[in-house]
Amino acid sequence: MTPQFGEIWVYLSASPLLGLTITLLAYQAAFWLYRRSGMNPLANPVLIAVTILVLLLTLTATSYETYFAGAQFVHFLLGPATVALAIPLYTQFSRVRALLLPVFAGLVAGSLTAALSAIVVARLFGASLPTQLSLAPKSVTTPIAMGIAERIGGIPSLTAVLVIVTGILGAVAARYVLDAIKVRDPAIRGFAIGVAAHGIGTARAFQVSEQAGAFAALAMGLNGALTALLLPLLAGWMR
Amino acid sequence: MIAALTQLLLFQLLGEVVARGLGLPVPGPVLGMLFLFLALALRGGPGHELQATSQNLLQHLSLLFVPAGTGIMIHLHRVADEWLPLLLSLAISTVATLVVTALVMKLCMRGEAASGNAPGDAP
Repeated sequence: MTPQFGEIWVYLSASPLLGLTITLLAYQAAFWLYRRSGMNPLANPVLIAVTILVLLLTLTATSYETYFAGAQFVHFLLGPATVALAIPLYTQFSRVRALLLPVFAGLVAGSLTAALSAIVVARLFGASLPTQLSLAPKSVTTPIAMGIAERIGGIPSLTAVLVIVTGILGAVAARYVLDAIKVRDPAIRGFAIGVAAHGIGTARAFQVSEQAGAFAALAMGLNGALTALLLPLLAGWMR
Repeated sequence: MIAALTQLLLFQLLGEVVARGLGLPVPGPVLGMLFLFLALALRGGPGHELQATSQNLLQHLSLLFVPAGTGIMIHLHRVADEWLPLLLSLAISTVATLVVTALVMKLCMRGEAASGNAPGDAP
């Protein structure tokens, strides 16, 4: 019996089927918990699913590369999903147009705060310069953030981790922070989440309301472009 | 669903070609989003199928971040040496960004309302 199971495992662990299936299973379990909690931000589905998968892969001594051979099919859908953000943006556009000045002001202030506060706090607590530079683009969507980190002298793979952690932190904290400062407008709430916590924040915003989601998507796109322009200048001045 | 997915992929492809062709620092899918937005504005909105497919996709946007998020397991050792400054920096900066962005927008909206050219649908 045991050698037979061993053979099946050898086959399955080399096939993309397993990585894909466990990704969907872990997410279903995480989403079930999230729903049961009444969509409580603390039960963030990305955080729970990632925790389940990291534990599972570590326990079965499966490498991330092997896992990703299957999970890449889910990962690939990020591209078309990003394109699909155009639709809620179009639906909400009359509101966006009416809020052009607040959107622009919030974007510039938020973008600078995200980069500068990360650098300053890290510097205060004694992080090295490459670490500070890897932190700077942490509020921007992963592909842009890694590109920026590379250009300004950070470590792109470190930035990738920091971006994911930032997204989860933002998605978890946003409700409490925005409630505390008494911001109720879903447009402002969504936009702030998008600037601070890119796509993972945007995913959370869509689960709350379409208007919040559309503004988060807008913020994510604009902040990516602005940070890509600003940070190289800022980093040049830091050295 | 297939027709809608094809449209999304075509716009992504267009975005990718333009981003690489012109050497822009913006990822292809983000440009694809911009192009689809312009197409929707010209066409007067998405068809029923595109609307339904994108709604499905965006409702579970969280799922799509799971494979990349799991990648944290191979990079955790990079964080080990400096985990405290990193965690403090991320937490403080994320909260600060939420607060500053939201308050600046709120102040601007109040300013617009006071000067009398506020949009009618602002609460």
